[in-house]
Amino acid sequence: MLKRIFPHPLLSLTLVVVWLALVNKVTPGNFVLAVLLGIAIPFLTAPYWPGRPIIKRPLRVIEYVFIVLWDIIVANFQVAAIILFRRNQNIRSQWVTVPLDLTSPEAITVLAGTITMTPGTVSAMLSADSSAILVHCLHTDDPEGVRDDIKKRYEWRLKEIFQ
Amino acid sequence: MELVTEILISFFLVVAGVFGLVGSLGMVKLKDTMQRLHAPTKATTVGVGGVLVASMLYFLLVKGTFSFHELLITLFLFLTAPISANFIAKTFIQGHLRAENLPASEGEYGWSIYDDPPTVDETTEENA
Repeated sequence: MLKRIFPHPLLSLTLVVVWLALVNKVTPGNFVLAVLLGIAIPFLTAPYWPGRPIIKRPLRVIEYVFIVLWDIIVANFQVAAIILFRRNQNIRSQWVTVPLDLTSPEAITVLAGTITMTPGTVSAMLSADSSAILVHCLHTDDPEGVRDDIKKRYEWRLKEIFQ
Repeated sequence: MELVTEILISFFLVVAGVFGLVGSLGMVKLKDTMQRLHAPTKATTVGVGGVLVASMLYFLLVKGTFSFHELLITLFLFLTAPISANFIAKTFIQGHLRAENLPASEGEYGWSIYDDPPTVDETTEENA
């Protein structure tokens, strides 16, 4: 019963927090509205999101967020250096296939987003059975290194969080 | 104190401006679509991020209020940037590349644009 009213407790909580932050003022009225939205939206969208993602180690999420933020800053400098100081004919772009050990759709989505936001890589496509992800590298001489980096730095951590 | 605050805020604004400029320059300079995709997804993240940090510092240190809006903009940006990049990449692959131009998926099934997913009953089992 409780599961039918709150199909996604985490989503409900996120919605409440995001709504209060949007209004930028915590008053009882705003809070009631936020809670109503937090109940109504997950309830109405539940048919489209049948499973419930399990987060096994919530503390690892914080570690992951900081690692990704740091990598984004580093990535920006690297990409900026490539754009500014490298001639076009010296930029060697290539495709890299990264086999996935992750199985949950939520974890794969987070990994794909992380790859796009970080050092010189954009995730382009999944294989049909989502066992591999296709990544485009802006500039690399070592495709295997890129693949191992993604697996070790991000995928391993996501696996600990989600599985 | 006021001088330090102003220097700090303008530092973030200048950094943001430089990265925004480099990102836009990349759009002009790089040659093919997949390469150009790298410029807006990265160089501009720090560009927008810098402006947001500057805005937060301004409200915190000068106006004395804390504003959540900048955090939300960052959050939404990080959620939407990879997804739009993914859409563009997929559309580009669909229109311009064939399966032979891409590396093999190293699995039983090919890339999702060219190959059908595993049969339906496997997925319904998961959802039930």
